[in-house]
Amino acid sequence: MNQHSPGGLMIILGTFIVALMLSQIPLPRMLEWWRPEFVALFVIYWIMALPQRFGVGSAWIIGLLLDVLKGSVLGINAIALTLIAYCALLMHKRLRMFPLWQQALVIFLLIVANQLIFYWLQALAGTKADDLQFLIPAVVSALLWPWVFVLLRGIRRTFKIS
Amino acid sequence: MKPIFRGGLPRLSLLLLLLGALTLVIADLRGDSVRSIRSAISVILTPVQWLVDIPTGVADDISSVLIDRAALLKDNNQLRSNSILLEKKVQQMMILRAENVRLRELLNASAKIDDQVLLAELIGVNPDPFQHQIILDKGSEDGIFIGQPVLDAGGVMGQVVEVSLYTNRTMLVTDGRHALPVEVVRNGMRAIALGKGSHGELDITHVADNADIRVGDLLVTSALAGRFPYGYPLAKIISVERDPSRKFMIVKAKPAARLDNSRYVLMVGEAEQETSSMSEQPAAKATAGGDS
Repeated sequence: MNQHSPGGLMIILGTFIVALMLSQIPLPRMLEWWRPEFVALFVIYWIMALPQRFGVGSAWIIGLLLDVLKGSVLGINAIALTLIAYCALLMHKRLRMFPLWQQALVIFLLIVANQLIFYWLQALAGTKADDLQFLIPAVVSALLWPWVFVLLRGIRRTFKIS
Repeated sequence: MKPIFRGGLPRLSLLLLLLGALTLVIADLRGDSVRSIRSAISVILTPVQWLVDIPTGVADDISSVLIDRAALLKDNNQLRSNSILLEKKVQQMMILRAENVRLRELLNASAKIDDQVLLAELIGVNPDPFQHQIILDKGSEDGIFIGQPVLDAGGVMGQVVEVSLYTNRTMLVTDGRHALPVEVVRNGMRAIALGKGSHGELDITHVADNADIRVGDLLVTSALAGRFPYGYPLAKIISVERDPSRKFMIVKAKPAARLDNSRYVLMVGEAEQETSSMSEQPAAKATAGGDS
């Protein structure tokens, strides 16, 4: 616990800046529903890998940043991310044992929960979803999970963040 | 770095965080009290928005370097002929404007012809498909205020809904939560143009069954809500459907502005003007009452 590398926090923060940017890059209109939920994926990874350093509190702050960036009602991404972070925390030990494709299934469910909470709360502000398109990001995120996992694990090992 | 939440399952902190977030949600839905928090966080995030925009900017630069001579010449010629056309129009404008001022003087109406404009550049688009919003590179430092109209060369694009120090967020007229009072140029009929959350289409609501409205009519802002100045083009009617079983016609319009590919936009008006016009209203009413 007391051999945290000093730069670790900066690296984790850096990955989130990248995730926030990826959640903002413009996509062609055809693909606008196909954007993976990078921020949620990164939150789940860091919870799974370093639950003692990255917890629901950090997820809450990241969620707030995402709210401001997306222009959604302040706090709804925070709620969604905090809840899925808590779920990920509940099963992080099991999750680590799973092979990647099985992890991806769990990720799918977590992102579905994230999307449901987000759009349900967003509906309070007047923008309502009339079909299930908003679940597409869950599929894309699950498919992307193995790459995100390997990439972030690489970063974590290179910089020896623990 | 010490962990914020040590050991075990952080049930209590989860509860507190959720409560905190819910408070924020309710405060945000209820009023403007979280606006300052939002703009403060927005300032921190401004570099992220700039970074996201860099690739687009670089791509623009590269394509302007790689453009070939023939295309440039053609472009140039087109611009030149455009400019001649516009100059001719301006010549007429001068006379018309002078005449307008004279007539307004005769009518004792206040003359206001030119609006203050500020050029802004688009630096981001809201990734949420449900929200038609764009992010522009001018903020409260440049005198941008909430409710400020945004135009492009074609017409009205939308209005500012959120201002931080260096950026602002503009809601487009096609957003599902946007409504704008308009009038038909041909006959001055008033109507309201509602965004419906789909790109490139507006609904004109509550148009009586016998109203005189046709495909091709131009809608301009009517300045009735006091936010948009009078007479900027908003949209062209593309379909008018009369259904005897309904009380109103189903009228659809296509925005005149190029909502999804304008990189440079104009922000109209000044904050002082808006506040003065808001405070002017009761005063004007008072003087009108005094006159009669």
